[in-house]
Amino acid sequence: MKTLKDCKKNQKVRVLKLHAPKELKQRLISFGIMKEAILEVIEYAPAKSTIEVKIGKMHLALRAREAELIEVESI
Amino acid sequence: MNIQEDKACPVIAKHLKIALVGQPNVGKSMLINSVSNAHLHVGNFSGVTVDKTEVLFDYKDYHFTVVDLPGTYAFTDYSIEERVTHKYLSGGGYDFIINVVDSTNLEKNLQLTSELMSMNKDIVIALNMSDEAKKEGIEIDAKYMSELLGIPCIKTSAVTKEGIEELLDAVVKVGSQTRQESKLIFSEAVEEEIARIVEYLQKHKHEAPNSYRNIAINLLKNNKKTYERLHDNPIWTELQPILIDAIKHIELHHDSDDIKEAFAEEYAAFNKGIITEVVKQVQTQEEKTVTQKIDDILIHPLFGIPIFLFLMWGLFQLTFEVGSIPMEWLEAFFGWLGDTIGATIANEDIRSLIVDGVIAGVGAVVLFVPNIIILFIGIALLESTGYMSRVAFLLDGFFHKFGLHGQSFIPLVTGFGCSIPAYMSARILKNDRDRLLTLFIIGFMSCGAKLPVYVLFAGAFFSAEMAGNVLFAIYIGGAFLGLIAAKILKLTAFKGADEPFVMEMPKYRLPSVKLIWHTVLTKTMMYLKKAGTFIAAASMLIWFLSNYPHNLELEEEFGTKIELASLAQEKKDLSNELAVKHLEQSYLGTIGKFSEPLFEPLGFDWRMSVALQTGLAAKEVVVSTLGVLYALGDEVDEESRTLVDAISKNISFASAVAFIVVIMIYLPCLAASIVFTREAGGIKYFFYLFAFTSILAYSLAFVAYNIALLL
Repeated sequence: MKTLKDCKKNQKVRVLKLHAPKELKQRLISFGIMKEAILEVIEYAPAKSTIEVKIGKMHLALRAREAELIEVESI
Repeated sequence: MNIQEDKACPVIAKHLKIALVGQPNVGKSMLINSVSNAHLHVGNFSGVTVDKTEVLFDYKDYHFTVVDLPGTYAFTDYSIEERVTHKYLSGGGYDFIINVVDSTNLEKNLQLTSELMSMNKDIVIALNMSDEAKKEGIEIDAKYMSELLGIPCIKTSAVTKEGIEELLDAVVKVGSQTRQESKLIFSEAVEEEIARIVEYLQKHKHEAPNSYRNIAINLLKNNKKTYERLHDNPIWTELQPILIDAIKHIELHHDSDDIKEAFAEEYAAFNKGIITEVVKQVQTQEEKTVTQKIDDILIHPLFGIPIFLFLMWGLFQLTFEVGSIPMEWLEAFFGWLGDTIGATIANEDIRSLIVDGVIAGVGAVVLFVPNIIILFIGIALLESTGYMSRVAFLLDGFFHKFGLHGQSFIPLVTGFGCSIPAYMSARILKNDRDRLLTLFIIGFMSCGAKLPVYVLFAGAFFSAEMAGNVLFAIYIGGAFLGLIAAKILKLTAFKGADEPFVMEMPKYRLPSVKLIWHTVLTKTMMYLKKAGTFIAAASMLIWFLSNYPHNLELEEEFGTKIELASLAQEKKDLSNELAVKHLEQSYLGTIGKFSEPLFEPLGFDWRMSVALQTGLAAKEVVVSTLGVLYALGDEVDEESRTLVDAISKNISFASAVAFIVVIMIYLPCLAASIVFTREAGGIKYFFYLFAFTSILAYSLAFVAYNIALLL
């Protein structure tokens, strides 16, 4: 399973499924991260601990641990 | 508008109460500012930790009350902001919703709009930042959008003041019409289930203020209030199985086990449809936006952190260098005020209470105002420009190792200056648990007021060359202890699943002077009002404890001795001795004596115990208390050679080490403790902090004392 954590900088992906627990899932959804959403990896923080992604016109930061729970496919 | 209200009170029938709702960073506050600019009168009321702002003004024949709610992404209860907004909107104490959306990012913003549409209230949408959208080549057909949604959509811009009047006109117009049913359309599967429930409700002629369709949607969405309303109704027993079936069907359709996720996807699909119909992107720019260009530098994997550290360094230089200038004036002013007022009061006790108690205590609080103002301007700048979220992005990795959050950095570093603004700045942490944890360890960052104590003891036991290193070690050691304490707390008291870190990194914006001024002013006034009143009371208490009971015999005895003494030095020594004797038999001295056995394992005598306890009022007092107790008079500071000598003579090295350890860790000063209690949200947290710091300080000091004895 490919997750958002495995992506490279500037890569564009489509979200397939959220494997997050309920609360986090709600949080992700409220930011528009849900099935079919298109994400682009913008930047990694030092030590790859945090990832910046672009969704629509919004930029989001999330921890690598959370990115791991987002199943994606390359486009 | 509420019909009941109309009947009950026809005179104020034209009163419109409006909830202003929007996602964060959509320019909501800017918009309300430009509205109130034209019509004036801004009033503030603050909640526990998050401020709702109420703006009152008249427009045409209507009295408008606009409640500016904190920005929220969705109807979740994740942060304080979201909870405040959600609670207010569910409460229903308003007539209208103005939903402010960012025209440059409509798709994301409409997600919240969809949720608002199920609230059964009139909505007007403000397509804000339309000037920016124009610049970015985004064209929105507002008229068509209004038709599609069944909600008036008005293009506005807080910057150019475009559309403000039209927005108010739309609100007035909607207010005089009967409400249209929202035109939100779902997928076939959901529509089917809605139809089934509506049919059932029709069959049973269920009576309700809102439409059957609205009830059906809310039931499917698991809306608590709708459930509660129907739960006691006889039709519930039949309705419930229908509902369970319907939800199962929808979840199956969306390949999800979460009905909220299913509905979010429904909304997204509907909004995508709306966007394709009404938004035209004239040219898609492939070139980098300004924000991206700035980010290339500011969150650069290598340079990002050094740049941030430099900015913080600059802010602290400003806070404590520039801030110290008016501090001197304030100090002089309160000194003068004390003298002037003191001269007019004949009764010695009352004068002492007013001058040494109230004026000195309140003066000490006011003294920090310049620092607080500068620091809050800095923090407001960092926040309103959008830089703060970059900081969290950069530092989260490191701080997360200790159970903290990237944004914890700001309050922690502020703590080196003064704990009071540090506790207040912890508000930038949106999540309760992160914020509480940060609040608990701010005290480990030794504040400026502890410096004199360190200087005094370092000077007494180390050579001048070593003293600087010792000071540095104390500060670093404190910070290090703080991080370890955070980890320990995270593994024990704040145990539980890690809070997720999902955060928007908004566009960079030029800060609005007016907005920053407003924020800083509100926060400063709050500090003055609340801490000020408490402090006045608390300083009176401390004053009382250290001055009473009066021992007339003692005073008379020394009074005659002082009169008889011929040399000035002799007189001074005697009055110092009197001060010591007096303090020794005061309530505070009694407490010190009483608590002496408790501190004996740490090697403290009663004087050190008392100094620690007066230090609870303010850390600055520790040095002056030691001065008084070692009979050197009131006028001592950390540079005073005689006090340094007295300390190195009277206190053993091991006791001194233990004393420093306690000073590093134990409870912050009274003012800070009060602010802590308020920011943490309850007196129980104060007791937790007291227990935590006391136990830790005591045990570490005990260990340090015994190790130092072996040396």
